[in-house]
Amino acid sequence: MKIDTKLENRKLSEIPFWAYTDESVYKKELERLFYNDHWCYVGLEVEVQNPGDFKNTLVGERSVVMVRDDEGSINVVENVCAHKGMKFCREKHGKIKDFICPYHQWSYDLKGNLEGVPLLRGMKKDGKVQGGMPKTFKKSAHGLTKLKVAIRGGAVFASFNHDIESLEDYIGEELLGYYDRVFSGRPLKVLGYNKQRIPGNWKLMLENIKDPYHPGLLHTWFVTFGLWRSDNESELKMDKHFRHAAMITTRGAGGKDDQTTNVSSFKGNMELNDKRFLDVKYEDWWNGPTAVMLTLFPSVIIQQQVNSLSTRHIQPNGKGSFDFVWTHFGFEDDSEEMTERRLIQANLFGPAGFVSADDGEAIQFVQEGCQQKPDDSVAIIKMGGIEIDKHTDHMVSETLIRGMYDYWSKKMEG
Amino acid sequence: MIDFELYQQVQDFYQDYAMSIDSEQWDKWIDFFVEDCVYKIQSRDNFDNNFPLSALALSSKGMLKDRIYGITETIYHEHYYQTHVVSTPRILKVTENHIESEARYAVFRTKQDGIAEVYNVGRYIDRLVRVDGKLLIESRRCIFDNEMILNSMIYPI
Ligand SMILES: [Fe+2]
Repeated sequence: MKIDTKLENRKLSEIPFWAYTDESVYKKELERLFYNDHWCYVGLEVEVQNPGDFKNTLVGERSVVMVRDDEGSINVVENVCAHKGMKFCREKHGKIKDFICPYHQWSYDLKGNLEGVPLLRGMKKDGKVQGGMPKTFKKSAHGLTKLKVAIRGGAVFASFNHDIESLEDYIGEELLGYYDRVFSGRPLKVLGYNKQRIPGNWKLMLENIKDPYHPGLLHTWFVTFGLWRSDNESELKMDKHFRHAAMITTRGAGGKDDQTTNVSSFKGNMELNDKRFLDVKYEDWWNGPTAVMLTLFPSVIIQQQVNSLSTRHIQPNGKGSFDFVWTHFGFEDDSEEMTERRLIQANLFGPAGFVSADDGEAIQFVQEGCQQKPDDSVAIIKMGGIEIDKHTDHMVSETLIRGMYDYWSKKMEG
Repeated sequence: MIDFELYQQVQDFYQDYAMSIDSEQWDKWIDFFVEDCVYKIQSRDNFDNNFPLSALALSSKGMLKDRIYGITETIYHEHYYQTHVVSTPRILKVTENHIESEARYAVFRTKQDGIAEVYNVGRYIDRLVRVDGKLLIESRRCIFDNEMILNSMIYPI
């Protein structure tokens, strides 16, 4: 089978299954999307609050360390020693003075510059020098691989390509306001992490959050309680490249109406025993919408679903699997009551979530289906037409997915 | 010194709890808890670093009921069997009505493909209360080591 990653414009509405199953396509995606030209999410500034604090994380499949140095800057370096290639940093997070690879104790400062090489000038014995590095060996040429770093409003992004456009240009003016709405610079507070390994292609997760067609159907809680359903007031927006997107909605009344008649997941008689799950409190910074789901291609989803906030970090590990890391957060100045509310609403999300557990299952089973017949089959992405609508004011559309594949096929061409 | 009768009672309690889940007798599971209860499934990483987030955090019997309604009626998922292997308990503290105890557990998951996997391993950290001669849960925290959850977590641990 010949793989041609160029999708004809009219075919943006038909995604070939091999996009999810082909090894060479996946390798190309890592090189062209995760390791080049794209800002990838690495974490929140508050996770490395003080000099020496570090967090071990991933860009694509590559292990990187985000660290705050003595001047207070945040650096991101690849977790591979310049000597023998050892992945030296083994803790998930912690505090250090410098990076030391335990194997031969090469040490690096917190910017990734090589500082110490044991026995650099060899060992003197009986008036003779034994060993040592060649005279031509320059420490400056053997630092850790440094990534370019961008920080905005408390979230940190990194890129292996130092010539990349600014983070602001990357996000694009169409969506920057939705980004800033959550990351306004108001100090954040991490509430904790949830991690799940989803046996599906990483793009399926982005598609899931660019797909406003499914939540009102798959997710009983969303339909029944009006959090997300087709008759809510909604907008779908994209950046000019169509790679990122925002799904924006305002919670409706819930309950029964025309929209729910044929929806089998709607439970008219469902009442919560404990109403605190949905004790939603309006926050001023929302400026209207009760939920904004922002996908920043290729690595992260920024979630505001009523009072629950999280980043969902996509860490692919093969064509058919990715790790999905949820960082739930609130604001440093949240009242105790608000923190409690965010934590209770967090039960809707994550691997055990009343809502999100559905998505992980659906993605896994889609992957299984695509693997079964990858050669000539396609996914039909025609809800709302076969073109890309730059702005849609309802949810009955898969335009955001078509947009993403338009961008994807351009980057993957050749 | 803990008398054997109490030890036996706590031990039975742990085994009965595991059996209620493994046999999917959800009403029975709910009845292990008092009205005003705490039930959390939390990664060891969050627990050790004092992050309050859990994978699942329920704080009333009403929430437990909502969860059971969720797993039986609303959460789309592929069914799986669970088998819990629960260690003998460590009784840490006994007062007139309360018992603080712990036990280690391993949960195996078997899906439709018939392959058993180690699904969740950790420990229960419990506060039990005696009500009419019976032990009930005031607080159970399931603190699991393997923070990377194998896709989804539907049923209680
Ligand atoms: Fe969903």
